[in-house]
Amino acid sequence: MMKITIEHLTRLEGHGHLVIDASNGKLIECRLDIVEVPRFFEGLLQGRHFSDVAPIVARICGVCSNSHSLVSLAATEQALGVDITDQTKGLRTLLAFGEILQSHLLHLYFMAAPDYLGVSSLLPLAKKRRELVMRALRLKRLGNEICEVIGGRAVHPVTLCVGGFSSLPETTALQNLRRRLVDALPDLEATVELFAGFTIPSFSRDTEFLSLTAENAYPLDGDTLVSSDGIRVPVAEYQTVVEEYLVPHSTAKFARASRDTLMVGPLARIKNGLRFLSPMGRSVAAAVELDPATLNPFKIVLARLVEVVHCVEEGIHLIDALLQQGLRRETPQVMPRAGHGAAAIEAPRGTLIHAYEYDRNGCVIHADCLIPTAQNLANIEADLRELIPTLLDLPREDLSRQLQMLVRSYDPCISCSTHLLNIDFV
Amino acid sequence: MKPRIGFFDFTGCEGCQLSVLNLESQFLELLELVEVVEFREIMDDRADALDIAFVEGSISRATDVKRLQDIRRRSRTLVALGACADTAGVNALSHFRNLSSLKVEIYDNSTLLNDIEQPQPLSAFVLVDARIPGCPIDGKEFLATLQSLIIGREPELPSFSVCVECKLAELPCTFDKEIVCLGPVTRAGCRAQCIEGGDRCRGCRGLVDNPRSAPYHRILEIHGLTEEDILREFRTFNMRGGGK
Repeated sequence: MMKITIEHLTRLEGHGHLVIDASNGKLIECRLDIVEVPRFFEGLLQGRHFSDVAPIVARICGVCSNSHSLVSLAATEQALGVDITDQTKGLRTLLAFGEILQSHLLHLYFMAAPDYLGVSSLLPLAKKRRELVMRALRLKRLGNEICEVIGGRAVHPVTLCVGGFSSLPETTALQNLRRRLVDALPDLEATVELFAGFTIPSFSRDTEFLSLTAENAYPLDGDTLVSSDGIRVPVAEYQTVVEEYLVPHSTAKFARASRDTLMVGPLARIKNGLRFLSPMGRSVAAAVELDPATLNPFKIVLARLVEVVHCVEEGIHLIDALLQQGLRRETPQVMPRAGHGAAAIEAPRGTLIHAYEYDRNGCVIHADCLIPTAQNLANIEADLRELIPTLLDLPREDLSRQLQMLVRSYDPCISCSTHLLNIDFV
Repeated sequence: MKPRIGFFDFTGCEGCQLSVLNLESQFLELLELVEVVEFREIMDDRADALDIAFVEGSISRATDVKRLQDIRRRSRTLVALGACADTAGVNALSHFRNLSSLKVEIYDNSTLLNDIEQPQPLSAFVLVDARIPGCPIDGKEFLATLQSLIIGREPELPSFSVCVECKLAELPCTFDKEIVCLGPVTRAGCRAQCIEGGDRCRGCRGLVDNPRSAPYHRILEIHGLTEEDILREFRTFNMRGGGK
C-alpha cells in the first residue's frame, strides 16, 4: 500500500497537488489536483471597453502576459474590423519571440535543470557553478530585454494598443538588441551542450498533438488549427474541435479534441512544424533526437531548447527586416462597432485562443478563452497513469521525483489555466 | 547570519515574483546578502522560520487564510508583494459582480467552489508590516524595500503622485488627448512607465495619501469628462480601498 501526496508542487507556476494511491503493484488513483482559486476573468471583462481588455487579460498570467495581450488585441481587431500594418505584425512577432525566450529559459534553467543536476534549486549553485548560473541569468535577461524594448516592460506590456503600438522602440534599441542576440550565440551553444548531456527518462505515450499552422513558417501564429489526428479547421471554429469539461478535482477545466487526451506546446509545434524551424533550430533538434515520431513527454524540455535557438536566429532576421524598412510612427484609427472576433497565438505553453463579442459601443458582451495548460492537464494525468505502474519498484523518493519531473516537463502554468473559464452569458 | 527571506503566492499571476527574478544579475548579488529559503516557483525547499516573507496574491478561501496565517507565524516581517496582495488588485473586479452567479455560470452549481469567497488583500487577515504596490511591482522598489528592512529602517513609499514623475520625465499630459488618466491621484514610484509607453495611468499602485480631489474634479471638468468616466477607470485596480 502506497499513498503519495505532494502538496503545492514546486518549480512550476501556480498551485497543484499530486495524489497517488497504489497497492500490490497496481495504481488505484492518480490525480493532479488543481487548487488554484479561479478569478473569473471572462466574467470580469463583461461590459469593459475594448481599450481596457488587453491590459486586463495580461494580468491572467505574469509569465505569459505578452501572449495574452497579443492574442487579445488580435481578437479585438478582428471584431472591430481593424487592419494592422506589416510593421505592427513584425514588432508583435518579435515581442512573442522575447516572451518565448524568457519563459522557456526560466523553465529550462530554473525549473527543469535542477532535476538533472541533482539539486533542489539553481540558487545553491550560485557559488559552485557560478558560470552556469550567470549564463542562465544572461540568457533570461535577453528575453526580457526584447520584451522591454518592444513592450515597454517585461511583465504586463504598456506600449501595445488596439490597431498597433502607442509607442515605438528607438532604432538604436533595435540595433542593440540585434547585437545582444548575436552575442548570445556562445551562451546558447553552452546551453545546448548542457541539456544534450542530460539523461532524459525514457517513456512514451501516443496522444493527439495540436498546434496552429502557418503558411511556410514555424507555427508560432497562424489562423488554422491542425493536429496529428487530422484536425484542420480555422481558429474561429475552435469550439467545434476542442471540448472543455469539468472534473471534480480541478478548478481548471480539462480539454479534449479527437480522443481523450491532447497535447499542445513546444513538442506539438515541433512535430507539426519541424521543417519550418530555423537552420540552427533544425540542427539542434537533430542533435537532441527530436523528430515527428517523438512521443516522450520528458522531451518537451528539449523541444523548448530547440525553440529558444529558433527564436534567437529568427529574431535576428526579423530585426534586420524591421531596420531595413525603418520604423514609422503610425496612428491607428479604431472605431467601436458590434462584432465578433476569435484569434490564436502559440504562447510558450501552447495554443492560446481568445474570442470576444462586442456591442456597438465597443464594450464586451461575451468573452471566451482557451488556455494551453488546461488543454494539457488530461494528458499529464494520462501520462502519469501509464508511467506510475512502470516505476512502482523504485524507492518512494525516486518515484515521486520522477513523477514531478514529468509534470514539470509540461511547464504547466496553473495560475493561467484556472483564471479563464468558459462563461456563457445568455 | 544572513537574513532568511522567502517568497509565497496566493491568487495572482505570479508576475511580481517574476519581476523579482527578472532582476537577474542583481538577484544574484542579492544572494550575497540574504539567504532565499523558500520560493516555490524555483525551489523545492521549505523553511521553518523566516526573517522576511514576501507574499504575492489575494486571499479568497479559508484554506488560504490558514496558509497565510502559517506564513505569518513563521516570519518576523511580512511584506505584501504587489497589487493583489496589497489591495486585491485586478482580482477584486469580481466585487463588481455577484459571486454566486459567477460560480453558477461557470460550474453549473458544482460544489467545487463552495469555499471560494470574494478576494481580499492580505491585511484583511494578518498583520502586514510593509507593502510594495503595483501591478506588477517595480524591481527597484522591491530592492529598496528589502534594503530598508535589512538595515532595520521602515520602508517608505513615495507620498506624491505619478504626475510628478510624469512631469519630471517631460511626458505630454494624457488629459490633453482627452483621455482620463489616474496619474494625479495615484502613488508615484513607477517612473510613469505606462504614460511613457503611450498608455494612460490606470492606477495600479493605488491612491496616494490624501489625494487632492477638488483640483482633480476641475481637471475632469475642463476636459469635458464626467465622474462616471473616472469611476470606470478606477474599476480596474482600485475596487477595494484604493491602496490605502
